[in-house]
Amino acid sequence: MPLRCAIIGSGNIGTDLMVKMLRSDRLELTALVGIDPASDGLARAKSLGLDAPHEGPDWVIDHADDFDMIFDATSAYVHVRYYKKYREAGITAIDLTPAARGPKVIAAVNLTEHLDSDNINMVTCGGQATTPMVHAIRRAAPSLPYAEMVSTVSSKSAGPGTRQNIDEFTKTTSTALREIGGADHSKAIIILNPAEPPIIMRNTVFGALPEGTDHEAVIESVYAMEKDVAAYVPGYRLKNRPVIEEGPYNTPGGVVPHRAVVLLEVEGAGDYLPPYAGNLDIMTAAAMRVGEAVAEHRGVSA
Amino acid sequence: MTAADYRLIDSTLRDGSHAISHQYYADDVIKIVAGLDRAGVQVIEIAHGDGLGGSSFNYGFSAVPEKELIARACETATNAKIACLMLPGIGLADDLREVNELGVSVARIAVHCTEADITEQHIKVAKELGMESIGFLMMAHMNSPEGLVEQALLMQSYGADTIYIADSAGAMTVDDVRRRVNALVGALDVPLGVHAHNNLSMAVANSIAAYEEGAKNLDGTSAGLGAGAGNCPTEILAAVSTKYGIETGVDPLILMDVAEEIVRPIMPRQQVIDRAGLLLGYAGVYGSFLLHAERAAERYDVPVAEILLELGQRQVVGGQEDMIIDVALELARKHAEEEVTA
Repeated sequence: MPLRCAIIGSGNIGTDLMVKMLRSDRLELTALVGIDPASDGLARAKSLGLDAPHEGPDWVIDHADDFDMIFDATSAYVHVRYYKKYREAGITAIDLTPAARGPKVIAAVNLTEHLDSDNINMVTCGGQATTPMVHAIRRAAPSLPYAEMVSTVSSKSAGPGTRQNIDEFTKTTSTALREIGGADHSKAIIILNPAEPPIIMRNTVFGALPEGTDHEAVIESVYAMEKDVAAYVPGYRLKNRPVIEEGPYNTPGGVVPHRAVVLLEVEGAGDYLPPYAGNLDIMTAAAMRVGEAVAEHRGVSA
Repeated sequence: MTAADYRLIDSTLRDGSHAISHQYYADDVIKIVAGLDRAGVQVIEIAHGDGLGGSSFNYGFSAVPEKELIARACETATNAKIACLMLPGIGLADDLREVNELGVSVARIAVHCTEADITEQHIKVAKELGMESIGFLMMAHMNSPEGLVEQALLMQSYGADTIYIADSAGAMTVDDVRRRVNALVGALDVPLGVHAHNNLSMAVANSIAAYEEGAKNLDGTSAGLGAGAGNCPTEILAAVSTKYGIETGVDPLILMDVAEEIVRPIMPRQQVIDRAGLLLGYAGVYGSFLLHAERAAERYDVPVAEILLELGQRQVVGGQEDMIIDVALELARKHAEEEVTA
């Protein structure tokens, strides 16, 4: 029996996730829940034969017996208000907001660590894109004193939630680079670019390489990680070969002789959102990967 | 002293930081702040070149933690206010809180000229802290006068006390400046400022034109030290203003001394408009890319001019320094392929 799922939030992310989930054998999507009866997402859900209520998260609580899992694509403050209610109702929550109530999961790095948790946080789009590469550098080097990510997204794909609280993005992402990526110190930077036609999401990862690092091993590890992420985000790719540049670099984690530079591009699958919005696609693709892993862990076969 | 006709904000210790790869030491800060203060400069800006929190792989690490330098600046200034610049997405609201504790009283919140709505959080935090809050629209050549008005009004609605437009690529002509300043001064309730760069040799002329159109704040740096071919040199701006009969409130002779005796000796090279510098203005590329592009050109053996032109083509914005490596690698690959086919 597949897990019975609802998506809460009928905006861009929720609607894109809906398109992806309808292809899943392990997750059975029956409802897309919104608050705006006129939203395009709800209209699409209805036309696809799903429940499409506009009563918001309360509707899910009222129908708790019908669901094993919800995907929250609303906003951090809505998730903060409801996460306990999902828990009390016995529903597992995959949280795509930056609320960070549950453990953070980066699908390519710590997917199996929190499969029993009733609340899993998906960090940020930039975190999903760059933490795997930080981890890839870390596992091939004796240590990773400092890691940094720079994410550039098209202005059109940055929603009001990101714009009103951009510090939340950089802080949450930076934390993930340390806690999950394995860096001792970290920094996250986000840039919005208004160019037309909109640019595809770009991410750059810098890793501080200490004395004694096997540079070839770092590069191999980065290539291997590209494949692992591309397995669930098909548009995830190295834009150029990974390079090792010579310093020295006076990083917050100490002076190092070299740095690794990993230049990434994330093109979206174009399920609902346009392909340039790789930043949104990587969130929905990663959430799908986590949801399916939880289902598999509970014995749901494909 | 008679009231000044415009307020001069000196950014030697912030924008100038780009030109010395963010290698300021406490001694430099103390001497420069003391000199500018003595000359009567009203506001002195200090931070990493890319604003608070800018010390990074992407923009270059500071030699000395910026907050140590900011503390020295606050201790040294007797009359001048100390300002910091920050870019949301690079620095944090917490950085504003920390520097406010150190004595910084002016916060400049900088953003690409089409993205004003990401400054709301930080402008409000600065206001809550009791700081003067300046909204700073960068790369202003990339937006129309009407577009800039729209963005500036957003910042005004968040509580900004002053709005600035920055010609971060040094790409504007006098006409470009006049049209933008004219539109903004007509639409805003708060004062306007202009931050000019010298890539097209227009910095002083553009600043004077901005004043004539109603800008009440002008930026500059000592000896023009700054990103790209440099900023509007404060000592020249003060001298030219005096010739125009514009009251600056600063002593041009002291500013000349500061430029000659304190700043020039620490400059790794004088600010000249060489080919790369001129190309920034010509192609409309963010000025602080210059030294990074030169380093990438050398590392990957591709002409710096090609890197800068390609960055202009891609419409990269301030902060995207990582794209310099990307472009250099792609050009190197392209050249290698051409050699194979030839």
